[in-house]
Amino acid sequence: MSATSSTYSLPKPLPLDSGQALDNAQIAYETYGELAPDKSNAVLICHALTGDQYVASEHPITGKPGWWERMVGPGKPIDTDRLYVICANVIGSCMGSSGPASVDPDGTPYAMRFPVITVRDMVRGLAALLDGLGIEQLHSVVGGSMGGMQALSLAANWPDRAARVLVIASTARHSAQNIAFHEVGRQAIMADPAWAGGDYYATGASPDNGLAVARMAAHITYLSEEGLTAKFGRRLQDRSSKSFGFDADFQVESYLRYQGSGFTQRFDANSYLYITRAMDYFDIAEEHGGKLADAFAGTSARFCLVSFDTDWLYPTAESRHIVHALNAAGAKVSFVELSAPNGHDSFLLEHDELDRVVRGFVE
Amino acid sequence: MSGIASIDLRPDLAAIAAHVAAGSRVLDIGCGDGDLMGVLEGEKGCDARGLELNPVLVGRCVARGLSVVQGDANSDLTNYPDKAFDYAILSQTLQTASRPDLMLDELLRVGQRAFVSFPNFAHWRTRAALMFGGKMPVTRALPVSWYETDNIHHVTVDDFRDLAKSKSAQIERSWFFANERAIAPMGANWRAEFAVFELSR
Repeated sequence: MSATSSTYSLPKPLPLDSGQALDNAQIAYETYGELAPDKSNAVLICHALTGDQYVASEHPITGKPGWWERMVGPGKPIDTDRLYVICANVIGSCMGSSGPASVDPDGTPYAMRFPVITVRDMVRGLAALLDGLGIEQLHSVVGGSMGGMQALSLAANWPDRAARVLVIASTARHSAQNIAFHEVGRQAIMADPAWAGGDYYATGASPDNGLAVARMAAHITYLSEEGLTAKFGRRLQDRSSKSFGFDADFQVESYLRYQGSGFTQRFDANSYLYITRAMDYFDIAEEHGGKLADAFAGTSARFCLVSFDTDWLYPTAESRHIVHALNAAGAKVSFVELSAPNGHDSFLLEHDELDRVVRGFVE
Repeated sequence: MSGIASIDLRPDLAAIAAHVAAGSRVLDIGCGDGDLMGVLEGEKGCDARGLELNPVLVGRCVARGLSVVQGDANSDLTNYPDKAFDYAILSQTLQTASRPDLMLDELLRVGQRAFVSFPNFAHWRTRAALMFGGKMPVTRALPVSWYETDNIHHVTVDDFRDLAKSKSAQIERSWFFANERAIAPMGANWRAEFAVFELSR
């Protein structure tokens, strides 16, 4: 669908939770639909870890359709005939917003000199973008997975900024298990000799092997055992018997390798380190004196949380934990656990019930 | 918003809707597809929240713009603060609770007042079915056979009055229904198919 691609240069240094500040920050974003004269119809969609601003437009590298094209567009649940949709690349990422691959004021890529960021820093960047667009209050902020974390962070830290907050397959804090899986990914990247301490941009090589392994490990967490079994079972890949070697004998191995290598074409390994780090640091309660309900005290926004019964990355209990806190804070909250076979990734896939809930909530 | 008017409501829900104070905060436990909540928000300016076990019904409520949380009333009411609501409403759900007595406590903890409606097991039709048929009654008010029904704690009007008394809950008002119409309270324990009580403590 028709989208407008833009880049916003922040007029001021972006203060960060680490105490540092990011100078000359850039935020690349896509918009869809028309902003109403009173600016009342702006919907901010926040993307996940390896997502980007191309929510409903063709990806410039892969040529694939937008990552949530089934949800966003004319007549879709998030209806761009009615709503003005903004989707921005988070800082720390690599699709046009400032990240470790961006050049610093000296003209060399930041690499590991890029400051460590948090989810709240990403959202601070998004809030600065909204300031730049003159949008005081969003009609809705919507996100799945890390996008949901951003939506929650916006609601907790900028409580007047969104009238509706839709959080899908997400969490208010990263668990030990979440951190553990991310650490596997980071170690895989840093163990790749081509990573070179993060300074690989000028070497002509990049830690694709490490990044691919990181993606493979993470990808398993996005799927359910049931989904993997249904899709691959123990079926062999293009062969009638086991090779007694270490080729991708099984279809599931071949699939993961394909996912891993495809990912390296479009994602920067250092960005993967920074963004996973930001997610691991995420704990909204900790930011608000240890009590999650306090993060949302006095909010006037309406919330909707959705979880999936086969999601073991951010299981339903995490969403319920948020719902209980919102109830305790007296917030208007809806919650539904949907049944879906495909684990965490279900939020990106065909699901009529999800469509109905999103359409109804973002009314 | 909801497309439902109070006149379209089930009689017990209509009685509740008519007696909830305008502009109050309401928790509808077992809110179904949100008909009562829709009326309370649309016609009475209430701030209504719902709790519903069935995810399909929750989805319908959310699609109607209602604030409904999927959860089990047997376990999830503990997550609501004391007196968070002016009214806690439990319509035709008490008899499905694992411990109706504890649920009544929770209603009166989260709400200043509670509305409770239930099918009366001592209605003459039920009594007759048991007495003359010798089998668990399947009636208009209790249409599901004993092995399929969600009603695991059948209750009568007099049982409920006793429970309220033992819980020191004040019965503020009560309404009784048979054949989809309100009936006088006289002899309600055998004449009423459904009962609605308003309680406080």
